[in-house]
Amino acid sequence: MAKTLGPVKRKFSPWTDPSAVPFIRFENITKRFGDFTAVDNLTLDIYEREFFSLLGPSGCGKTTLMRMLAGFEEPTEGRILLQGKDISGVPPYRRPTNMMFQSYALFPHMTVEKNIAFGLQQDKLPKGEIAARVEEMLKLVKLEQFAKRKPNQLSGGQRQRVALARSLAKRPQVLLLDEPLGALDKKLREETQFELMDIQHTLGLTFLIVTHDQEEAMTVSDRIAVMDKGVIVQVATPAEIYEAPNSRYVADFIGDINIFEGTVTTTESALGAPGKVTIDCDGIAVAVEQGCQAVSGDKVAFAVRPEKVRISPDQPADTSVNAVHGEVWDIGYLGDFSVFLVKLADDRIVRAAQANVSRLVDRPITFGDMVWLHWPLDAGLVLTR
Amino acid sequence: MKSSRFDATVLTLGFAFLYIPIIILVVYSFNASRLVTVWGGFSLHWYQTMWSNEGLMDAAWVTARVGVISATIGTVLGTLAALTLVRFSRFPGRMLFSGMIYAPLVMPEVITGLSMLLLFVAVGVDRGFWTVIIAHTTFTMCYVAIVVQSRLLTFDRSLEEAALDLGCPPVKTFFTITLPLIFPAVVAGWMLAFTLSLDDLVISSFTTGPGATTLPIKIYSQVRLGVTPEINAICTILIGLVTIGVIIASISTKRAELRRQQDEHLAVGRGAT
Repeated sequence: MAKTLGPVKRKFSPWTDPSAVPFIRFENITKRFGDFTAVDNLTLDIYEREFFSLLGPSGCGKTTLMRMLAGFEEPTEGRILLQGKDISGVPPYRRPTNMMFQSYALFPHMTVEKNIAFGLQQDKLPKGEIAARVEEMLKLVKLEQFAKRKPNQLSGGQRQRVALARSLAKRPQVLLLDEPLGALDKKLREETQFELMDIQHTLGLTFLIVTHDQEEAMTVSDRIAVMDKGVIVQVATPAEIYEAPNSRYVADFIGDINIFEGTVTTTESALGAPGKVTIDCDGIAVAVEQGCQAVSGDKVAFAVRPEKVRISPDQPADTSVNAVHGEVWDIGYLGDFSVFLVKLADDRIVRAAQANVSRLVDRPITFGDMVWLHWPLDAGLVLTR
Repeated sequence: MKSSRFDATVLTLGFAFLYIPIIILVVYSFNASRLVTVWGGFSLHWYQTMWSNEGLMDAAWVTARVGVISATIGTVLGTLAALTLVRFSRFPGRMLFSGMIYAPLVMPEVITGLSMLLLFVAVGVDRGFWTVIIAHTTFTMCYVAIVVQSRLLTFDRSLEEAALDLGCPPVKTFFTITLPLIFPAVVAGWMLAFTLSLDDLVISSFTTGPGATTLPIKIYSQVRLGVTPEINAICTILIGLVTIGVIIASISTKRAELRRQQDEHLAVGRGAT
């Protein structure tokens, strides 16, 4: 992790350009295993040089989707286009994609060197070129001194790097990563995430990663597709997914959030245009400054992230903000953050998170205190789905 | 727990029951006397006469060839059967196929031998060396299939997928990835097949013909004329070969295990970097 800290987030958003041609296109893909539908009529575009994440709980179809791109599974319906060409029926050994497996799948009877050279040997490259490429890859993943080791003589982190080097050695047009960091401990995982981004940026490849770890997806991706039961619920940048989830499912899946079901009472705007919306959540009236597709009387959900909720012992002077009153029920001290669980008069729990900016041992708010929770009009969200 | 005198007695009796006959056989192979049950002093005489007994040596040579050829064919077929059973989990008649693989294991040898004999007679094949090989192949491949199948069940399929993904076609993947990794099981299957072929008497006697007398058949027919110390000598050599084989096999597995532990120790010691 030396020189990486340049401008990591580049200006890159081909998906906003209507004339951009997708690099990979899943077109109305359906995959059934017997009676079970793993992927259901899914359409998705991925652009060149994009770091794209498929995020979802286990069994949502994300791995199946990736395996179809690698060629290990054939779609039941629909087609997959790579650079505009239909790749249905092309066997995995003739596809310009390479995959890094969740189990790493290193060949145990070959040394690190031979593992990395394996793909290059299949292409019948000259010996000298293979040796040069292997060396380059070893250097990229900083394993030069381990070239002659067998996989079982390496630690988990080192094996992960060998697997990465092996899948990158052929310079695939698309690198597929199946839960690549799942077996690493937290510190190492975070470090490797930044390295992956760095490598992807340096080599200028398209990366498609499958993960169930939302933090991982948020860190590395240009865009994330959140999947549930074989369909894509939302495709957007990490910031959009977090700040503007399009449904209760996405809001709940990514990060921590307070969600209240309610009914729209008034809207000050036309459909979709920005304006103030008021919602009655079983006796608590909340207002949101946001465009939404709801009209008066619609059943919607109101959501607000805990870190956007302020906590104070006194009623806020500004009466235009949303405010609720309750008792501190529980405090979760996380070091950098403290999470307050506040119980309202009707037993509903609202979470508020506060950064512990000063080293206060004696916190002013403690268990059993009556407090006010308040948040500005633009902090909350209206979820119609 | 303290071992009682009773335990020690039972253990001694058990081992005696297992090994005294073999010890007697080995000891009397070094007997100078012609009589099998009277000790006449130490001698290697019978090993010499055994060596110059052409009938016995021919039979030994036939047995060795039958063993190697039938074990090899049986290993190839058994490995293929195991691959089919493990890899293609659903195909019409799978249950029947797997049942038919296991059936010869429990089938009385007399029946296997007899049915083979009837088959060869019906087709009009002259019985001899090759009919014995065919018969031995049919029953040894079942054992190989079982040994290889149990290895394949724990085989990580993603290794093969990784090879395919890196551009290696399926057949080449089998020979460069799958086969080297399951090879110890294949070798174990071959050894088992060879041993089974080596000591088979019943099926051999049904399917053999002129000029293809195997060692067990030879020994059995000679014993009917009276046991000579020569037989003891050749049996001692057989026991010796089998024992050496078992010892080598167990030492090499122990070594492999030790090496694996050292490797893991090395990897852990390195730590995650």
